[in-house]
Amino acid sequence: MSTVPISYYLVLSAILFGLGIVAFVFKRNIITIFMAIELMLNAVNLAFVAFARAHNQLDGLVFVFFVIVVAAAEAAVGLAIVITVYQNRQTLNIERINLLKF
Amino acid sequence: MFILDHLWIILALPLLGAAINGLCGKKFSKTIVNSIGIGSVALAFVSVAEGVREFSQLSADQIPWMKSYFTWITAGQFKVDFALQVDQLTIVMLGVVTFVSLLVHIYSTGYMAHEEGYYRFFSYLNLFVFFMLTLVLAANVVLMFVGWEGVGLCSYLLIGFWFLKQSAISAGKKAFITTRIGDFGFTIGILLLFWTFRSVDFGTIFKQLVSAPPDAAVPTGVLTTICLLLFTGAIGKSAQLPLYVWLPDAMEGPTPVSALIHAATMVTAGVYMVARMNPLFSRAPVALFVVAVVGALTAFFAATIGLVQTDIKKVLAYSTVSQLGYMFLGLGVKAYASGVFHLMTHAFFKGLLFLAAGSVIHAMGGDQEMPHMGGLRSKIPITFWTMFIATFAIAGIPGFAGFFSKDEILDAARSVDIWLWLLGLIGAGLTSFYMFRLIFLTFFGKPRYDEHQVHVHESPRSMTVPLIILAILSTVGGWVAAPHLVGGTDYFEKFLHPVFAIYAPPIAEGPAEAFESPGMTLLHALAGWPVLIALAGLLVAWWFYIKSPQTPKKLADSLRAPYTLVLHKYYVDEIYNAAIVQPLLWISTNVLWHVVDESVIDGTVNGVARLARESGSELREIQSGNARSYATWVVIGAVGVTVLMIGLWGMVR
Repeated sequence: MSTVPISYYLVLSAILFGLGIVAFVFKRNIITIFMAIELMLNAVNLAFVAFARAHNQLDGLVFVFFVIVVAAAEAAVGLAIVITVYQNRQTLNIERINLLKF
Repeated sequence: MFILDHLWIILALPLLGAAINGLCGKKFSKTIVNSIGIGSVALAFVSVAEGVREFSQLSADQIPWMKSYFTWITAGQFKVDFALQVDQLTIVMLGVVTFVSLLVHIYSTGYMAHEEGYYRFFSYLNLFVFFMLTLVLAANVVLMFVGWEGVGLCSYLLIGFWFLKQSAISAGKKAFITTRIGDFGFTIGILLLFWTFRSVDFGTIFKQLVSAPPDAAVPTGVLTTICLLLFTGAIGKSAQLPLYVWLPDAMEGPTPVSALIHAATMVTAGVYMVARMNPLFSRAPVALFVVAVVGALTAFFAATIGLVQTDIKKVLAYSTVSQLGYMFLGLGVKAYASGVFHLMTHAFFKGLLFLAAGSVIHAMGGDQEMPHMGGLRSKIPITFWTMFIATFAIAGIPGFAGFFSKDEILDAARSVDIWLWLLGLIGAGLTSFYMFRLIFLTFFGKPRYDEHQVHVHESPRSMTVPLIILAILSTVGGWVAAPHLVGGTDYFEKFLHPVFAIYAPPIAEGPAEAFESPGMTLLHALAGWPVLIALAGLLVAWWFYIKSPQTPKKLADSLRAPYTLVLHKYYVDEIYNAAIVQPLLWISTNVLWHVVDESVIDGTVNGVARLARESGSELREIQSGNARSYATWVVIGAVGVTVLMIGLWGMVR
């Protein structure tokens, strides 16, 4: 039974990660930026899983679980912050949330 | 052997007294302060007396008696123990220091009775006794140096005891700084000593000197250098030319302090040190000659200044400088025992002179100017008689203590160099003159003070009893050497002989007196030059200040130029001010302050601060508040790190 080569997964992971970075830098809406971060995390997860499979080791899988847990916690906190920001500023445009500076 | 086994007790007592009075004395009544202050010194004196008794039972090979308590410093080969030693020289010093201190402590209860900071005074005095005993008991140079600096500190504190008086503060600083110049040489001397002998213990050093044949152990040049450096310290501490200037100013302190520290004990530390180091000095004839020359010159020079002083304490101060000169002259001509003998008799009679002068000042209500006194003889008889005896002693009138010691020194000086002897002899005449001048101006003639303003009264018993005791000692203190005059033994010299004879090459036995009968020797001594010139000084003083009081003024008028020169103390203070102090101030102000401090140091510090501030104000622009720019930075950073990692990885491969 032929399997999909690991390079396919890695290329997909890199593409997803690149998309995440682009969205992270260029998007204005905080929720979108948030999603970009999730995208990057999952791109990394994909790479971990692919390596774990290729090397027949569990370490990568364990890492993935950790990342998922952290991402969930982050999403909970992050979304709460987003809601508070929206209640206070009536906007989610990151360009206008710029009070914290020198 | 209780005290000899526990030598530290002698040190601990005054230290304890100083600590108790210094820390809690403010709350104590005067009685408690007195009993702690006097009690601790009295107990120390008793321990010393017991120590002397035990010492007399030691056999000759147990001397010097050594006690090492703990190791204080170790660094490589350099090892200093907290070690104490007792030999004959130490015994003499211990006795003099504790005894005179005890008397001065008792005297101070009367003299300082109405002063602010009474407890402080006694605390300092006790501390001084502690350091002085450390200096004397130390078995190595470094521990000795601790005592040496400690007495300097106490001297500073006590000169500036009335610290609200500007002149007292300046005098304290002057004393401290001037002696520090000498101590600079002393410390280098100690280092050179260690470098040469690989040890700082007296015993080890002297043993190395004596075991090797002369000139083989250590080059004479090195020894001479060491001795000269050590002597520099003695010059500062014992107020010799050219560093004597601090001692007259030190009279700003309370009179008991002048008596104890600046006459009887501390200033003789230099003499003690040179005597202690005698094996070194004996091997360095050049250094020894320098000691003798400095001593003789100082003896003469200070005596001339003493001639025209009008402040009663200043006369005594210059007299002290002069007498210290005699001690060094004695050491310098290898008559170590005579030098130490003069140290002892001087402690008695000069301590007495200062205490009596304090009594006079007390009676005059604080006035120290002799032209304001006169005719005090009948009003304060005890002070008069005791001071009179002390004057006889210092002038070298036969029978009194000073006669024996000064005679020995001059005798020894004559056999070495006739010019040293001549300087000493003239100095002795001057000494006799200015001391009797002091007596005649103060106690004889008509009162020159306003009798309605000043109520002259004899001092309380706490002050007169020490005077009487010292007066007795000023008389009999020299008698231990008296048999020498009739061709017998000088018991003092015999007692000290082991200290000065063990390491030094044996002194040639002179057959001089062997041909004369005891009677002739006595006659020789009594009618010798020192006695004649002392009597001449007495007569001239009598002529000048009793018989025809106009003479001094006429003489001063006819010798205007030399008189002014001497009156202004040869302008030495002015010369030092112009040659050293002013240039130092100028350099400090214009170079060290305005250039080094303001430009270099401040410039560096301020420059660093400005760099941080300006770069910070530029760099803070990065924190724009725009989250997207942060995101960009993060990405750039991540890319940068990745590239770096890949690059490094590639390099490792």
